[in-house]
Amino acid sequence: MTAVLDTAPAEPKSPAAPGRGRLVLTRLLAARGATAGAVIVLLLFLLAFAGPYLTPWDYATPNYTAIRQPPSAEHWFGTNGIGQDVFAQTVRGLQKSLVIGLLVALLSTLLAGLVGACAGYFGGWADRALMFLVDLLLIFPSFLIIAIVSPKLKGAGWLAFVLLLALFNWMITARVVRSMTLSLREREFVRAARYMGVAPFRIILRHILPNVSSFLIIDATVTVGGAVMSETALSYFGFGVRPPDVSLGTLLAAGTDQAPVFPWLFYFAAGLLVLFVLAINLIGDGLRDALDPTSDRSTP
Amino acid sequence: MSASLLEVSDLTVDFGAVPAVRGVDLAVRRGETLGIVGESGSGKSVTALAVLGLLPRAAAVGGSVRLDGRELVGLPDKELARIRGSRIAMVFQDPLSAFTPVYRIGDQIVEALRIHRPQGRAAARRRAAELLDLVGIPAPERALDSFPHEFSGGMRQRAMIAMAIANDPDILLADEPTTALDVTIQAQVLDVLRTAQRETGAALVLVSHDLGVIAGMADRVAVMYAGRVVETAPVDELFARPRHPYTLGLIGAVPRLDGRGGPLVPIPGTPPAPGTVTGCPFAARCPLVEDRCRTAEPALTGDDGHLAACVRAGELAARAPRPEEVYPVPPVPPAGRPGEEILRVTGLVKTFPVLKGTVFKRRVGTVHAVDGVDLAIRRGETLGLVGESGSGKSTTLYELLALTRPEAGRIDLLGRDTAGLDRAGTRELRRAVQIVFQDPMASLDPRMPVGDIIAEPLRAQAAPRAQIDRRIPQLLRQVGLEPAHASRYPHQFSGGQRQRISIARALAVEPELLVLDEPVSALDVSIQAGVLNLLQRLKAELGLAYLFVSHDLSVIRHLADRVSVMYLGHTVEAGTVESVFESPRHPYTRALLSAVPLPDPVAERARTRILLAGDPPSPRERPSGCPFRARCQVHALLDDARRARCEQEVPLPQAAAPGVDHLAACHYPDA
Amino acid sequence: MIGYLARRLGYYAVLLVVAVFLAYALASAALGPRTYFEAKQPRPSAAAVDRQLTALNINDRTPVTTRFGVWAEDLVLHGDLGRTIHDTSVNEEFGRRIWVSLRLLLVGSLLGMALGVAGGAWSAVKQYRLPDRALTILSFVLLSMPVFLVALFLKNGAIAAKDATGREVIPFVGYETPGLAGGVGAHLADWGLHLLLPTLALALGGLATYSRYQRSTMLDVLGSDYLRTAEAKGLTRNRALLKHGLRTAVIPMSTMFAYNFLALFTGAAFTETIFAWHGMGEWFIQAINEQDVNAVVAVNLFAAVTVLAAGFLADALHAALDPRVRY
Repeated sequence: MTAVLDTAPAEPKSPAAPGRGRLVLTRLLAARGATAGAVIVLLLFLLAFAGPYLTPWDYATPNYTAIRQPPSAEHWFGTNGIGQDVFAQTVRGLQKSLVIGLLVALLSTLLAGLVGACAGYFGGWADRALMFLVDLLLIFPSFLIIAIVSPKLKGAGWLAFVLLLALFNWMITARVVRSMTLSLREREFVRAARYMGVAPFRIILRHILPNVSSFLIIDATVTVGGAVMSETALSYFGFGVRPPDVSLGTLLAAGTDQAPVFPWLFYFAAGLLVLFVLAINLIGDGLRDALDPTSDRSTP
Repeated sequence: MSASLLEVSDLTVDFGAVPAVRGVDLAVRRGETLGIVGESGSGKSVTALAVLGLLPRAAAVGGSVRLDGRELVGLPDKELARIRGSRIAMVFQDPLSAFTPVYRIGDQIVEALRIHRPQGRAAARRRAAELLDLVGIPAPERALDSFPHEFSGGMRQRAMIAMAIANDPDILLADEPTTALDVTIQAQVLDVLRTAQRETGAALVLVSHDLGVIAGMADRVAVMYAGRVVETAPVDELFARPRHPYTLGLIGAVPRLDGRGGPLVPIPGTPPAPGTVTGCPFAARCPLVEDRCRTAEPALTGDDGHLAACVRAGELAARAPRPEEVYPVPPVPPAGRPGEEILRVTGLVKTFPVLKGTVFKRRVGTVHAVDGVDLAIRRGETLGLVGESGSGKSTTLYELLALTRPEAGRIDLLGRDTAGLDRAGTRELRRAVQIVFQDPMASLDPRMPVGDIIAEPLRAQAAPRAQIDRRIPQLLRQVGLEPAHASRYPHQFSGGQRQRISIARALAVEPELLVLDEPVSALDVSIQAGVLNLLQRLKAELGLAYLFVSHDLSVIRHLADRVSVMYLGHTVEAGTVESVFESPRHPYTRALLSAVPLPDPVAERARTRILLAGDPPSPRERPSGCPFRARCQVHALLDDARRARCEQEVPLPQAAAPGVDHLAACHYPDA
Repeated sequence: MIGYLARRLGYYAVLLVVAVFLAYALASAALGPRTYFEAKQPRPSAAAVDRQLTALNINDRTPVTTRFGVWAEDLVLHGDLGRTIHDTSVNEEFGRRIWVSLRLLLVGSLLGMALGVAGGAWSAVKQYRLPDRALTILSFVLLSMPVFLVALFLKNGAIAAKDATGREVIPFVGYETPGLAGGVGAHLADWGLHLLLPTLALALGGLATYSRYQRSTMLDVLGSDYLRTAEAKGLTRNRALLKHGLRTAVIPMSTMFAYNFLALFTGAAFTETIFAWHGMGEWFIQAINEQDVNAVVAVNLFAAVTVLAAGFLADALHAALDPRVRY
């Protein structure tokens, strides 16, 4: 490794050297996968939020004169067993799933960053207590807990569901942040700040968190996809979003049994789900490469 | 002149569009030692790796490498593998990462033996034990079953050499084999390399950045710069009459153990980014540059085996100037007389528990990192703190900077006992003492612009905004940077510039004492000289006191007024630089001084060397009596009655004579 | 090494006790067995419901610590997990279902790991060439599908195959053909065939995760000093990669195994339900809908024990693979 580093070109010292932000953006755009992913995600968001205005049909209103119709000019994605428009339902479900995914990713990443950085920086009992909590929460697959609690939350709606998902989704990230903090804490710039008399929380805010931010950004991105998958899985088994609300998960649950005969009831929702998560993962991968200064895609 | 064993001609290595090696010619004869010297990025390691075909696939290798007339460049992997390890073997820089962590040392040596000569496991194992014995590893049978992480750095490098000579190679390539090691261990390993060379009759190619190591080991030397050999000559000739201005500058930039005072010769600027220069790559930094240097790159020419790639080589050969006659040397204002005492440490102790377990930790031992340290610094004075790794010098620093009550002993800073500080006192002392770390990359937050980095201590002291804005450009200029640099990020600067930023940050709050923790050891020699000169100037201008920690005795000799030597958590010798370096009293100091290689082949050959036995003991064990006695060359020669005193009684620091500033903690000093 | 593993085991035991208590408390608080009985036709009297609940040790008017005490005492002293809401033995049901689930979990996790490690290492060695790109695309697509969707796709595929050929090519319901005649061989073949789709549903996810991870650790190793040393002493590139590179690059997989098992457990629960396996996952979903506290706790206990066992296995694997942690 040292020999390779030895030959690395000297750092740019000209005044025109690009800032870090621009550098990341350039590298991100250079990665075709990430660009494609970003475009797909944007289009899906557009579809989810503009879609309901494109169709005259309401997602909830049944129409007993048009039952299980295949896709047509009138009903783009066909209709279901009680004549509801599948397109209207799908975009509505997509919207809910996306919002849930985003919120869960945001909340759980915040929690993970905070807990991980504190555990790592303060060490001692704070660290041990927090890590015991992490281990405790990791013992049960989160699905078990969410499924047990979910009947109680019937009235609280999907926001409670978001909180629940976020609450069981931060532990592994927190572990990683903690171990990164442990090594950052011994880094000389953090030591320097300590010896200058900078207060602990200020050090966490100004030195630790910015230096784990690449990881957190990547992780948050991937978590959006993961949260959407959890949401659909739980909703599929009736533990997540509940009727009359729809999400991709409830749509899949409703369409499963009829999939072999009436494929439009199942495959539109399934396709959008896979497409969205795939696009998110592509962005995450591109971000990983762009933010990691050691990775270099340009050398074959 | 015998035919060359290894002949490298016009070797080129490109990483994509970036040329790392640009036409290198080298010849190695049977049994000789060729030194390749150069700074980071000069292409010296890449050249060594290219010979063995060990570069990553992304590297394009051109030119020719012939072993006994057989071309190696372009040989298929299978053929090359048969040559690697059997005819040409390699010793790498970092012996920890160079061994596969999951296999036992013995198994890795046995593997090397069995690849080339099919033989039974038992026979190979016996041979491996012999090899370990040869390189001086105690209890070789047991060592075979150790994992790499259980060995110390020096032991690992010995084992690495044992593995390299396992198949009696014709050529031993050693890439910075001692760079990661302490100086006394370095002396041992260099000795092992000599033994290995004697036993196998192999030619040695020694790649190093250290002129001292090269001077002591090499028969011939090649100096590399920006991917080319710029000068090559027999070792005496090269050091006595360098013909390339770069070589001359390098020699002038090294602080020396045997001479002192005066500024070092800094080579201005930094090496060019590869592939960006037409003409002589050294032109931009060269004091002798002419117009023709910028248009065409001079060829490597000369006579009597002394070649140089410089258009004015003949002139330099004829005139043989001293470095400071060619390079402009900045004036360093004379330092004022030291003032009152600002730091006194007495009997400082710091221990760490050795813990086991994951959640419920239990203590299984104690590391006595600092076990009785005394220090004193006066205003305007530089105290050099010297010691090898594990001596406790860094722990001493961190204890000082913690500004709390020490475990035992007492720290007085600016006349205040740190044990009884209130908030305001702590805050005032946080201002008065600032630190500069070793690694300028690690000590600057990569996510912060330089202006914010420098402002951080000011903000921590709650300085008003206007003052901060005024101070930043002022500080940048003071350390030789531009005020406009404030908006850039650390990664946009070179190592030397980053260390200057570190210094600017430390100076921001006008401290009285600057703690410098190995501030130049991560820098190349030519850059290091500039930073050392800067430190000397700042000290004179600002009347600062320095606590300068270093493992490099030459640097201490050059910069410090007084010096304190540590071993295993104890202060073993202290005094003025002249007295300690001219007439060391403690056996350890003497061994340490004799282990430092001099960048002067004639003096280096004439020296008698004291080789210490073994590694320093682990600080977890706390030997009775004198901590140094297990390795002490004096103790070994004492009679039993006098030995008993070393074994039972901890020696206390004693002055050489009443009132003389030269202490040594030894029962038989000057013996 | 034994000492290290013993300490880990002790820690896991503490975690297990705390976790099981919390799960018990949570299930008792969230589920409402009282409503289950009150909804019965004809509606039983309040006293009868109370009696029934007390008999099953799930009466919400008894303090939860007392209920847990009774439950834990029965478990520790008699190995008894209590009664289901239908007043049958939880143990019996547990015993019936555990092997169904373990079969799926074991085969699924090991297969996924083996395929993933092999694929990831291969991918790294062939970086940016066709096999790498193909595997990368495949794992990206797989990573973008929840396990239940993979399972559904597989099942729909099997249904389509059945419709097309008129006979069941690959079974997609249950874990054995009921009333199958024939010897041991026929039974084993039948089991294997039934295992195929559910295992695949689980293993594909593992393949994708492990191979991505193994690829990146392997790429890190490709630039390492010790790989260069191995080559410098005369190993060819490929032998050095296999013997020194892969051996070191699999170490982080042990940690991965522990984390991935969590996801796998969830996936297995869904897969069981989709392929109509009468395993623990199916039981859990059914028990929640029936407000069956003791059954829910039993499944949680099973989950905690398997997850901790996987964690312990990962520790043991790590210690076996990496001499640096055996202190």
